Amino acid sequence: MSDRGLVLACSAIGAGLAMIAGIGPGIGQGIAAGYGASAVGRNPGAKSDIMSTMLLGQAVAETTGLYGLAIAFILLFANPLLGKL
Amino acid sequence: MLLAAGGDVDFMIHGLFKYELFGQELWITTTHVSILVVMLVLMVFAVAANYKIRHADEVPGGFQNIVELIVEFLDKMVYGSMGKNGKKFLNYIGSLFLFILVSNISGLFGLRAPTADYGVTLPLGLMTFAIIQYNNIKYNKFGAFTGLFKPLPFLFPINLIGEIAVPFSLSLRLFGNVLSGTVMMSLIYSLLSRFAIGWPGILHIYFDVFSGAIQTYVFCMLTMVYTTDKMPE
Repeated sequence: MSDRGLVLACSAIGAGLAMIAGIGPGIGQGIAAGYGASAVGRNPGAKSDIMSTMLLGQAVAETTGLYGLAIAFILLFANPLLGKL
Repeated sequence: MLLAAGGDVDFMIHGLFKYELFGQELWITTTHVSILVVMLVLMVFAVAANYKIRHADEVPGGFQNIVELIVEFLDKMVYGSMGKNGKKFLNYIGSLFLFILVSNISGLFGLRAPTADYGVTLPLGLMTFAIIQYNNIKYNKFGAFTGLFKPLPFLFPINLIGEIAVPFSLSLRLFGNVLSGTVMMSLIYSLLSRFAIGWPGILHIYFDVFSGAIQTYVFCMLTMVYTTDKMPE
């Protein structure tokens, strides 16, 4: 296997591993949505406030997952390791 | 360097036209073209809306209804989260909202969404950062700097990073969401090209319209929350 092939293959595996970061935000957003739903059930009048707070919290929770996505994209499309060969 | 499924999977930014400026090689890319289309659409809409509101009917109908709906929505959003401070920020937040929304939805019309280019979202984040820090210094005077040493002096590095990370997390969030939508749609169209008839429309609704609208709302909301955070009550 050539050096370049090894780097490309390991980058592909690394990109896949980086996307494991998606687990955390998934769980977090699910918890936020669940509590949001129960809050609407308890107080239907405050639905719009609860919705906007929930979306804001979910968006912040999503950031870590997107960092993983950014790393995966960097490994796939702008690979810095290939320059070191 | 296209590693994923070589061949005709295509969602990268393409250079269309090359020119040189001060010895630098610069490109006009697909992002520029789609951003120009978005700007043109917004300008035509703004001129039409302005004309319509100047010649407003007593009982609004059709186009005037839509314009009033948009303005009322933006008013409610800004005043709802900023209170009486909202008046000064209505212009900025409103134009930000319309620009990001139309950019995100432009994926529906065959354009490559401009917000799927980090060169577009980072300036948006930096503009927000400038506004946050301007208001921080304007309202807190010297407290903007001493505030970094609260509650404990040795937390200074963490507070500093917390301030500087704002534009990057804002812009990466928008970029990552729109780019992942773009990548998913182009994967479906290129890998399943034989079967992709009609039903990808449902995915367009999710990736372009729903996700785009949510991210627009979140970007504007976070801008307002961060800015209000620096202001006195």
